Amino acid sequence: MSMLLVWPILLPMLTAIATVLCRAKVDTAHWMTLVGAALHLAAAVALLAAVHEGRILAVQMGGWPAPFGITLVADAFSAVMVLITAVIHSAVMVYSRRDIDPDQVRAGYYVFMQILAAAVCGAFLTGDLFNLYVWFEVMLMASFGLLVMGRRRAQLTGGIKYVTLNLVSTLLFLAVIGLIYGMTGTLNMADLHGKIALVPHPPLVTAAAMLLMVAFGIKAALFPLFFWLPAAYPTLPAAVAAFFSGLLSKVGVYAMIRMFTLVFTADAGVTHHTILFTVAGFTMVFGVISAAAQMEMRRILSFHIVSQIGYMVLGLSLMTPLALTGAIIYLLHNILAKSNLFLAGGLVRQAAGSFHLDRVGGIYNNYGLLSIGFLVSALALAGMPPLSGFWAKLLVIQATLESRHYAMALVAAAVGLLTLFSMIKIWAEVFWKPAPPPADAHQAPEGRRKLSAWMLAPMLALAGITLVMGLAMEPVIRFAEIAAGQLLDPRAYVTAVLEGMP
Amino acid sequence: MEGVLALLVGLVFAASIYLMLSGVLVKFVFGFALASNAVNLLIFTAGRLEHDRPPLIPVGAETPVGPTANALPQALILTAIVIGFAMLTFLMVLLYRTYAETDTLDADDPRLMDETPADDDDHGDGSVPQEGGRS
Repeated sequence: MSMLLVWPILLPMLTAIATVLCRAKVDTAHWMTLVGAALHLAAAVALLAAVHEGRILAVQMGGWPAPFGITLVADAFSAVMVLITAVIHSAVMVYSRRDIDPDQVRAGYYVFMQILAAAVCGAFLTGDLFNLYVWFEVMLMASFGLLVMGRRRAQLTGGIKYVTLNLVSTLLFLAVIGLIYGMTGTLNMADLHGKIALVPHPPLVTAAAMLLMVAFGIKAALFPLFFWLPAAYPTLPAAVAAFFSGLLSKVGVYAMIRMFTLVFTADAGVTHHTILFTVAGFTMVFGVISAAAQMEMRRILSFHIVSQIGYMVLGLSLMTPLALTGAIIYLLHNILAKSNLFLAGGLVRQAAGSFHLDRVGGIYNNYGLLSIGFLVSALALAGMPPLSGFWAKLLVIQATLESRHYAMALVAAAVGLLTLFSMIKIWAEVFWKPAPPPADAHQAPEGRRKLSAWMLAPMLALAGITLVMGLAMEPVIRFAEIAAGQLLDPRAYVTAVLEGMP
Repeated sequence: MEGVLALLVGLVFAASIYLMLSGVLVKFVFGFALASNAVNLLIFTAGRLEHDRPPLIPVGAETPVGPTANALPQALILTAIVIGFAMLTFLMVLLYRTYAETDTLDADDPRLMDETPADDDDHGDGSVPQEGGRS
């Protein structure tokens, strides 16, 4: 039973070790990672089945009782995040088979991806603050490797911004860990839930919470701290960009939701309702306006990552059951839709040879399946009914209205409209516009290029999941309600972790 | 004693932030190294200082006798030092490679701040430089 919590971390780690050993044999590495990803998916499904109906699993690593040892915990929120990680991981692994050069595989592409998947799952499952820091560092190190793998100039200069800002973020995180440990004497999150209230000077706790908000804000690409993201993500290969955009910044959002529902709730008037609320609004607006000015597909999508993060943080800042339900659904829907748009972007380049809106066109005439896959994800992202994004936006905006923040609800709706504008822009330029004449005269105009099924299939599968999620929303909402209930009333979480404690 | 160390942590932080904001990336590396040490010192101080009482369990006993120094912050710091060292190494290699590509490490230089993504049109021509021995 307890191993259920370990498999989602252990399996990608084992696959990583296996692929290190045979990374020179590209074909073997491909198959190995596909098997590893399938096993990872199975482990994640098993974990979700085990926490179904609101059960919470906890296991103490190494047999040290909480709060002294490292705890792994899975509540509904963690488990569903692990599942979505495994889904994206599997899709990206299938996609990588054609998208990634054999040279990069030999350089260790699969190894880094597997370690990244393990670290993301570790961050979702850990119940210990210092352990969360370690998973963040593992994640960073693997992402650094992937980021500079192609060694092009843009990758290096984009990489510098990503690396430096994220290093500052982890330093701040580590400083907060020191401060919290000094105040409470514990780093176990469930234990902190009780002990943080006993700190004699509550403003000190708020100060630490703010520092942590900045640290996670850099990771999640919140408003004044998001500049690294649009600089770095567009330089990545499509498969890597899909994984990064879907999951890396969302780990920051997850950590923020976890810490600001479980531990730092005492001063919610300042931390949640004022600061996070304002920051969420600015994040939505700045992201979407910056995106509107771009003419390169990956840069448009990167700015939309930032804008969408705003909705999730808005859900967190309101701290009502409905708002958190909306935030969780938004997180799930956005991971699927956003990753898929990057996968579709890679396919567009394969079909037309560029990411620039000016240089491509006519995809709709020649590539029907790709067009459908893109359109489903793009409309879901913009929030068209009946797709998943519509329900997610509806819940968040409804929660905003219920909290009587009418102006913010208006902003959220307007940002949705601008998202639609950007998506329609890509659709009109890339898919509907007739293909422009080739830039080089010597390059003969070619007909329909064949798209690789290895790349097309995962893109269509993710679009299908987005579609099904939108059409069958009721069980998803019910599950998210359970998860939100557990976040707002963490007694069951605390009991599950500390039950063996004297 | 904790008070003195707390002031020192503040001082080192101030110096490191000054270096990090200087706009020259080599100075950022020094700032980062200083800041990691400041954070380590912070964790160490937060664990409360104890003089001359090592956390050792006497022969035959199950638990330490009387108050001892707190061993946990030292374990945390050890982890943080190892990770920080790896990050520092990576950062230096990254800067070295970037300098080799762009001839500059000045954060205000347009060659470094240029955000136009790699012009990787024309799929599969294999023009991406792939040298052996990555970092």
